[in-house]
Amino acid sequence: MTAVQTDDARSWRGRAEADDADRTSAEADDAQSIERLRGRSQALLRDLLRPHRRRIVWIVVLLLIMNAANLAGPYLVMLGIDEGIPPLTERGDYTVLLWVGVGFVVVTLGEYLATRNEISLSGKVSQELLFDLRRRVFRHFNRLSVSFHERFTSGRVVARMTSDMDAIRELSDNGVHDLVLAALSVVSIAGIMLVMDVELALVALITFPVMGVLGNWFRKYSTVVYRRTRETIALVIVYFVESMSGVRAVQSYRRESRNQAIFDRLNDDNREQNIAGHRAAATFAASTKGIGNVSVAIVLMYGGYLVMQGDTEIGVLAAFLLYLRRFYEPMQELTMFYNTLQSATAALEKLSGVLDEKPEVAAPADPRALPRAEGTVVFDAVRFSYRDDKVVLPDLNLTIPAGQTVAVVGATGAGKTTIAKLVSRFYDPVDGVVSLDGIDLRDLAEPDLRRAVAMVTQENYLFDGTVGDNIAFGRPSAGRDEIEAAARAIGAHEFISALPEGYDTDVRKRGGRLSAGQRQLVAFARAFLADPRVLILDEATSSLDIPSERLVQRALRTILADRTAIIIAHRLSTVEIADRVLVLEAGTVVEDGPPEVLISGSGRYARLHEQWQDSLV
Amino acid sequence: MLLLAGASTAASLLVPRMIQSVIDGPIAGGDLTGLWLFGLAVGVLGIAEGVTIWLRRYIQARVALSLEADMRTDLYAHMQRLHAGFHDRWQTGQLLARATSDLGSMRRFLAWGLIFGLMSIVTYVAVVVQLLFMHLWLGLVVAASAVPLFIVARNFARNFIKASRNVQDQQGEVAAIAEQAAQGIRVIKAFGRSPHMQAKFDAEAGTLRDLSIGKLNISARSWSLFTVIPNATLAVVLVGGAAAVASETLTLGALVAFVTLQLMLIWPIEALGWIIANGNEAMTAADRVKDVFDTEPAITDRPSAVPVDRAKSKGLVRFEKVTFTYEETGTPVLKDVDLEVRPGETLAIAGATGSGKTTLVSLIPRLYDVSSGRITIDGVDIRDITLASLRTVVSTAFEDPTLFSMSVRENLTLGRSDATDADIEEALSVAQADFVHELPFGLDTRVGEQGLSLSGGQRQRLALARAVLVRPAVLVLDDPLSALDVHTEELVERALASVLTGTTALLVVHRPSTVALADRVALLADGGIAAIGTHSELLESTPAYAAVLSAESEEVNA
Repeated sequence: MTAVQTDDARSWRGRAEADDADRTSAEADDAQSIERLRGRSQALLRDLLRPHRRRIVWIVVLLLIMNAANLAGPYLVMLGIDEGIPPLTERGDYTVLLWVGVGFVVVTLGEYLATRNEISLSGKVSQELLFDLRRRVFRHFNRLSVSFHERFTSGRVVARMTSDMDAIRELSDNGVHDLVLAALSVVSIAGIMLVMDVELALVALITFPVMGVLGNWFRKYSTVVYRRTRETIALVIVYFVESMSGVRAVQSYRRESRNQAIFDRLNDDNREQNIAGHRAAATFAASTKGIGNVSVAIVLMYGGYLVMQGDTEIGVLAAFLLYLRRFYEPMQELTMFYNTLQSATAALEKLSGVLDEKPEVAAPADPRALPRAEGTVVFDAVRFSYRDDKVVLPDLNLTIPAGQTVAVVGATGAGKTTIAKLVSRFYDPVDGVVSLDGIDLRDLAEPDLRRAVAMVTQENYLFDGTVGDNIAFGRPSAGRDEIEAAARAIGAHEFISALPEGYDTDVRKRGGRLSAGQRQLVAFARAFLADPRVLILDEATSSLDIPSERLVQRALRTILADRTAIIIAHRLSTVEIADRVLVLEAGTVVEDGPPEVLISGSGRYARLHEQWQDSLV
Repeated sequence: MLLLAGASTAASLLVPRMIQSVIDGPIAGGDLTGLWLFGLAVGVLGIAEGVTIWLRRYIQARVALSLEADMRTDLYAHMQRLHAGFHDRWQTGQLLARATSDLGSMRRFLAWGLIFGLMSIVTYVAVVVQLLFMHLWLGLVVAASAVPLFIVARNFARNFIKASRNVQDQQGEVAAIAEQAAQGIRVIKAFGRSPHMQAKFDAEAGTLRDLSIGKLNISARSWSLFTVIPNATLAVVLVGGAAAVASETLTLGALVAFVTLQLMLIWPIEALGWIIANGNEAMTAADRVKDVFDTEPAITDRPSAVPVDRAKSKGLVRFEKVTFTYEETGTPVLKDVDLEVRPGETLAIAGATGSGKTTLVSLIPRLYDVSSGRITIDGVDIRDITLASLRTVVSTAFEDPTLFSMSVRENLTLGRSDATDADIEEALSVAQADFVHELPFGLDTRVGEQGLSLSGGQRQRLALARAVLVRPAVLVLDDPLSALDVHTEELVERALASVLTGTTALLVVHRPSTVALADRVALLADGGIAAIGTHSELLESTPAYAAVLSAESEEVNA
């Protein structure tokens, strides 16, 4: 197998319509949208923090106590040396020194209580906040339309719900309190030093502008580097996930070595960006340390000179030296948490982008109830196209009376599946109205619509859990006997009982324990259990073998007897049970009538039927 | 690197002693030149500390990150080699967590935690030794403070490791629901089950919140003690030190140096909690990664395996008493299967839903190995053929066509990267997949999950073209036309017939229409070959076959 050549090192990815074409605003990364998202993410943060206002006040109080306790140490040392030792050496008087000792005990106790409660309390706030955010994002993902999910892909949903949440968790667990504490301590140390000795303090802070320039450089540089790091790791993750989910194809086609070459390259790109980021942090942290040390030397020399002149006390000098150490240390911590902060900010921007996404299929503002649907489905001058592409349905008018079984046939791309998706309201028409019992689907209350309309497709997604759980998804309140009755009705009971643990058998990852045909039977039972007034079958029997299909068809005759049904099929055998057949061509109904009438004619359906008959021989 | 770490630690330890010398020497004696000299020396040492820190971290960045990247590469290579049975059991998300966050926490520990921990210990010991020399009793007080620290640290480690494993696992549960809710969005919407999923999600997310709060409370208890102990020690040192100064066993400068040195201990001790947590997480992570590394690929080349030449392979496939059982179920799917596919022959495999058709054909490219018996190609046990050459001889298209987020060309040439445009065209026309030329960028268009979405039928045709392109000696097609409409299916079959003439082929079929491609059909029932023969022979002789695959039965309702 050939290695990746440099010139085609990128070409394997192929070209997308325009790299931004299928991006949603939740994925935006141009400067302008980021600016807009930043505002939104701050609003989101405020909203998330609002219920915790009282706790946050407490946290701030505790942080102030911690800060004060932290700073009291050197001050007490100064007091001990300047005020405690002279009376001791002169008169053997311990009083002042003992008070200093008591001060230390109080400070220590205060620090202990404050630290313990602060970690506990801020942990609680951070976890409540994350819980709230997770729920909101999950609910919103559920609310967004199918077309959004088709563009966004499940991999990115998972990335939002895991690595982005992790980034925020990391910041809220440790970062925030470290950052606040660091900032508090820098400000208050500067203040204390100024109070103790203005002249010496100004000398001590002489290096501060240098720090400012350095910090500014680091902020700008690392923002770029960290963003690239996140982009490159995203590519690594996507490639990894696809290779592992498609591992059968990878192994069958001996794709391993080329995969490895591509993966190594993506992995290397990520490593180099990561190294650049780490080195920038190293430069910043080491420079801070160096600058801090130099200012210690300067204070030592100037302070020592002042002490010699008798302009200041030796205790003041000692305290200054101690404070300076605490002044520069937090700045180094800042670099450690800068990465966390950057990642969390970006993550919050992405999440607020998701929450900002408007459902294309919006919930009705003023929903109309339909407690008992009859099942009359009407398409009135419906026009539909996916995004800006070509028109799929130019102008569809169709009335399906309650209780009728309609089969829709036609070539690939004629718009059959689109009809199914419109009735299930996965999409809304561009023009015109789709209605159920005379109510525009856009005005119909969601629970009523879903109770009335159910769909079985060819993909048959099964969830983690048992076979029984998956059937019960159609009606979670159903008991075991009802689940079994549904499985029996559809002809799935036999194979399910033959499984090692019957209805309690775990279907494993994406139903992998079952064959494609068995999954389809479970999906049928699920829809049957839901007991909808309108049942849509979109290529629902394509993976079934003939005996199973026959069983399903026999069941359908009874199931569909008093329901409205729309059946979409390539196989005309499924069509035979219909009361009425529609032949669709380029989104237009070209033939419409009972199957026996159409067969005897000389139209398209008659020809299709002939073709199909021939294929059976 | 350790040398650099030592150098910077030494530099930072020297500074307080020099400050002591300055206070007791030049400042006390009014020696201005001495002050300047010492001051300069402190500055130089300080800069030296900065430079050594920078050098160490600069080098360390590459070392540590390369370590992580290399481990990730190895892990990826290992996972690619692991057999299909392994991948059936492991969720992709679980594997991903190991390749990203677990490796990350190992790297953080090796690059940061470990060196940091070592530096902290070195600092602690060096400081305590200096303190002991400066003043024995006060030094002993500081040394004794290590005892409670050690106890707190040990308890913390013990509780924290359990809590963090629980949190990590619960995060997996939450991610699993999010993944399913996205993948199953159509089913959820079709049945209006969003509230149901939301309730499930809230329950898992709530558990995660409670576990995390519990874990943080463990930290709160221990970390607050970590801050208290050095402060309490400082108080004792100050009072005791002042007394020592009063009784003139300690100079004033020495007391300042003593306190400065002792304050240097606070940061390493506070960091201790973090390092322990980090170390525990790294150990958990290493365990999780090791789980994967320790899984040996069950399907590998035997030492005696030899490559076979695709050009010389005739394509005689034989199953001899093949029994196969999936590891975790225990009941055999295939029992004593004997089957021969002659060179150039096309054999269809028919059977009821769940009868083991897909399992049977998965054995030929060794996605699974037989539990007993053997499969031979041209008389050679396939386990004696190198995997790489076996999979050149055998090419497979599965019912569920996997496309990757890559160009159409890359997807098609998966098994044959040297294919010319003419080869590709030929394969495309066999599979009736000429629609690729109408895609926005033709063969360069990105398809797959992150690219342009194709219909089920289009995906299936691409997968078929991919299998055909390899020009294998043995072609395995698992229900490759199920998503095609009747018209397209007929065109594909006609084109495929010409390809199949010189190739041994196994087809899994559901439809009488596809059976037309086969020379013979084998009926799979109860884990064995119930009957074998031509379509018309079997229709007459075997009622069970007629039930599964008779054209009349499909027309039953006509």
